[in-house]
Amino acid sequence: MELLFALVIGALTASGVYLLLRARTFPVVMGLTLLSYGVNLFLFATGRLATGQQPVIGTAANYTDPLPQALVLTAIVIGFAMTAFLVVLALRNLADNENDHVDGQQENTSPASKQEQEVTSK
Amino acid sequence: MTHWLIAPILIPLLGGILQVFMGYAPIGLRRTLAITTTVLMLASSIILLVLASDDSYRIYAFGNWQPPFGIVLVLDRLAALMLVLTAVLGLFCHIYASGGADEGNRQFHTLFLFQLMGLNIAFLTGDLFNLFVAFEVLLIASYGLLMHGGGTARTVPGLHYVVLNLVGSALFLIGVGMIYSATGTLNMADLAVKIPQVSGSNVNLVKAGGMMLLVVFGLKAAILPLCFWLPKAYAKATAPVAALFAVMTKVGIYAIVRVFPLIFGEGAGELANLGMDWLFPLALITLSMGVIGALGANNLKTLVAWQVIISVGTLLAPIALGSEAGLSAALFYLISTTWTVAALFLVSELVASQRGLAADNIIPAPRMHHRTFLSVLFLIGAVAAGGLPPLSGFFGKLLILQSVEPGVEMAWLWSVLMEISFFTLIAYSRAGSIVFWRNVDGPVEPPAPLGNRVSISTGILTCMTMVIVVLAGPLSDYTRATAEQLHNNSGYINILQTPVHVPQNPIVGEKN
Repeated sequence: MELLFALVIGALTASGVYLLLRARTFPVVMGLTLLSYGVNLFLFATGRLATGQQPVIGTAANYTDPLPQALVLTAIVIGFAMTAFLVVLALRNLADNENDHVDGQQENTSPASKQEQEVTSK
Repeated sequence: MTHWLIAPILIPLLGGILQVFMGYAPIGLRRTLAITTTVLMLASSIILLVLASDDSYRIYAFGNWQPPFGIVLVLDRLAALMLVLTAVLGLFCHIYASGGADEGNRQFHTLFLFQLMGLNIAFLTGDLFNLFVAFEVLLIASYGLLMHGGGTARTVPGLHYVVLNLVGSALFLIGVGMIYSATGTLNMADLAVKIPQVSGSNVNLVKAGGMMLLVVFGLKAAILPLCFWLPKAYAKATAPVAALFAVMTKVGIYAIVRVFPLIFGEGAGELANLGMDWLFPLALITLSMGVIGALGANNLKTLVAWQVIISVGTLLAPIALGSEAGLSAALFYLISTTWTVAALFLVSELVASQRGLAADNIIPAPRMHHRTFLSVLFLIGAVAAGGLPPLSGFFGKLLILQSVEPGVEMAWLWSVLMEISFFTLIAYSRAGSIVFWRNVDGPVEPPAPLGNRVSISTGILTCMTMVIVVLAGPLSDYTRATAEQLHNNSGYINILQTPVHVPQNPIVGEKN
């Protein structure tokens, strides 16, 4: 189970990083989501993987650590809020620049013409 | 257990919640309530500063759980100093914002107060995971503030800032997870006890976790390879927001100063002084990079944004060397540079408002309005930032230079810091002389009115550098005691033994 778990975390993180580097807002949002899945699973594993054990000290010979689950819950809530904000921001970027590139422009647009655009928009 | 510790968190929280429901109230009422909240927060921070001056550690245990089992707030000299620094800065930025910058977004004051709350949680918390939560609270407020006022120019830097910080949060969680899996605790005092006992293959796990934390704090503090998001984002933000953000990079530095000497300090066995040998060269390169950016800046706000990076480098170099005197000098410089940089952001915005189309670009333009007042403010700010006598930047840098012991590090730090200060002066003189002196003939647009609130708040914040000089004696005594307290972590560890006061009446015990 440990090997499978590690492979899943690795695959999620690797795909997340790959998508992050795509420099388009939609893949970036997906990449961050996958990355946060990977991180959440990783946090879950920090309490060691165990099945069928109680999370209360003193009730059984072995117990499982309940704290990572609380940490994961917090991380999920925060990650969800941040992703929602990011989606809105990405849409705003699309509307403002008519382009879904994270720099707001295609690579082939020269910086000079962008500055002209800024001046005219002022 | 004193309940004052929670006040700097509760006050902006309640004030912020009140503002949420007042979006459609008259703006005068909103401003009055918001500024009252900030004033109350400043008052509570000052009370904590007085409490902390007796060198003891005070804890506030949520739900009366004995640490390390619950989340604790810990008040010591460093936390109190950062609280007061932030509250003073927040108050003046808030007054400036109420001069007109808060229009156009009904929730500006909510975001501003939540931002202050996030900062205060970060300074007070004694728990690593709670520090993560504090970072997220202050970040999500800062995302909103950064976009405040809108405009297409803010979307792209805002997007970069958000994505970078989300990746930073992911790294933070991985680092925290690694440390937790090896030590089984996240309470900072408990970590300081457990980390020296870590052995075998777990050492590398903790080492990797610690280095990841350093990367995250470095991203927040804008150390060199992680600093390129900063100038764009800060230069495009509204002035009071950019000025408040002057303290955001200091949160990264605070986190390094809080976590690393305590957890990975001298007593950490195999993991002693983790990462500090990386930090010193990086700090020097950050300094050089910052000054190159400042020399190349084509408008005042960008120049000041690069000044933020210069000050980060200046602060980190003595911290990385780890001597007590260096830490004390860095803390002194931290107070000075935070207020100075913030004041310069405000001055730049005022200059921009008085120059018509030329705004704050460093180009010759028709003679600006209110030139004398603004140029004097800029001069004071530039002298303080560049580190010329008689203002506080000079004393800060002098203390940093004095704190280094003779050796290779001394040669590097002295030469780099001196040269950087020289080039900073060139950058400021060039910008100032073009903006204020080189006038061309041409029609001058009727200026935006220079309101009382904006001029007074900018003026006072700029003059804080003189206040620091006048109070240099008590202030440096305070920072010296703070550095001493940080170096001797047995006091912090002792909070584990401090029994949490359980009152006789159980209803009082459930107050939290």
